Amino acid sequence: MSEATVADTRRLNSKPQDLTDAYGPPSNFLEIDVYDPQTIGVGRNRFTTYEVRMKTNLPIFKMKESCVRRRYSDFEWLKNELERDSKIVVPPLPGKALKRQLPFRGDEGIFEESFIEERRAGLEQFINRIAGHPLAQNERCLHMFLQEESIDRNYIPGKV
Amino acid sequence: MSFFGFGQTAEIDIVLNDAETRKKAEHKTEDGKKDKYFLFYDGETVSGKVNVTLKTPGKRLEHYGIKIEFVGQIELYYDRGNHHEFVSLVKDLARPGELTQSQTFDFEFTHVEKPYESYTGQNVKLRYFLRATVSRRLNDISKEMDIVVQTLCTYPELNSSIKMEVGIEDCLHIEFEYNKSKYHLRDVIVGKIYFLLVRIKIKHMEINIIKRETTGTGPSVYHENDTIAKYEIMDGAPVRGESIPIRLFLAGYELTPTMRDINKKFSVRYYLNLVLIDEEERRYFKQQEITLWRKGDIVRRSMSQQASIAAQRFEGSNSETASAQAKEESN
Repeated sequence: MSEATVADTRRLNSKPQDLTDAYGPPSNFLEIDVYDPQTIGVGRNRFTTYEVRMKTNLPIFKMKESCVRRRYSDFEWLKNELERDSKIVVPPLPGKALKRQLPFRGDEGIFEESFIEERRAGLEQFINRIAGHPLAQNERCLHMFLQEESIDRNYIPGKV
Repeated sequence: MSFFGFGQTAEIDIVLNDAETRKKAEHKTEDGKKDKYFLFYDGETVSGKVNVTLKTPGKRLEHYGIKIEFVGQIELYYDRGNHHEFVSLVKDLARPGELTQSQTFDFEFTHVEKPYESYTGQNVKLRYFLRATVSRRLNDISKEMDIVVQTLCTYPELNSSIKMEVGIEDCLHIEFEYNKSKYHLRDVIVGKIYFLLVRIKIKHMEINIIKRETTGTGPSVYHENDTIAKYEIMDGAPVRGESIPIRLFLAGYELTPTMRDINKKFSVRYYLNLVLIDEEERRYFKQQEITLWRKGDIVRRSMSQQASIAAQRFEGSNSETASAQAKEESN
């Protein structure tokens, strides 16, 4: 009985990959865009809404395509719901910019174009990060946020 | 130590008989430095000489006895006062009396049991050493010499592969396989990761070797985790049906054999950690324990070769007839 001096490093056998799997669309398609900011209302009752459009092939989402309008406070609501109900570490939202809401500013405050763009980008990053999280995908609040016309703040929280 | 220059003192020196031929092994000290020490295996005899050299020639050295000890002990860093000796042998070299001149004493610890491997870790140290002591009224003179012990194993009889399907429901399913469950320290980990379902956006995948040192028992148990190796095995997003190979050479890393419950004081275990990282830096991982063992360098001679060597040592016999006889016996 002699000892082998060179280890066998040949690859383990594996199944050849099915070509439809290799070249077909991936099963992890998920894209969310936050765009088209619109400022609604007049004077002190103005607020900005954004269009949140989702395209996906993940089976957990009922609709493969959806399009809703949301405002900053809706994003805040989603963040709070997830922080309370899910075990995930929720990423930060772009700032609340309270300073910008004070009077006597030289610019448009929270309706300043550059600020809205900054906020839009931050919200897009936030929602993409959340929606891709396997644990967040189980929460009803996320599905309601992305795919229902309006958010029912009296909903019953729970898992999908 | 002598008070005010009076009195005699001595220097002790321990020299092994086979210092010229015995191999040395590198071993990390507690502060991270690497030093070389004589290497011993279980059952080997430890023999040598103790040189006691008088500092001031002409003056006599009164003593209460000279002895040499062979000690194997475990030291827990959080309990430094208590040394747990699992091997303790003593040889008396001189009865109480006096030395008028420098003297050399022979010693031999025959076929000493060295059941565990030398280990210097984060919270525990296992070491073997020789300690020669000249006992005196006020203060002893002693000298320690550390040695390193390695424990060798032969190829395990049973060495099944590790194959498992793991994942997150409806999200990510993989099947991983490692070719063995027991690897020697210069072995190669050959494996593969097969993707059954990929609904997350994976950015890359790596395999880590984690060393976990566990010290203490009962309520005070300390775990020290240390990532010894990080090796990226995939860059990019896989899809269903894809198979990613693994080939990880262990010789390049600082590893010790797996040590389980050594003298009921500590354990050192190793784990392979497969980590997948997605586009949002989320980490998905699966840890799997592997057993590491030390393979001997000694090449085993064939039976007939061993027999002819034994025959040649046989006094008074013709070497030709002896080896012919040995060949016949071995067939």
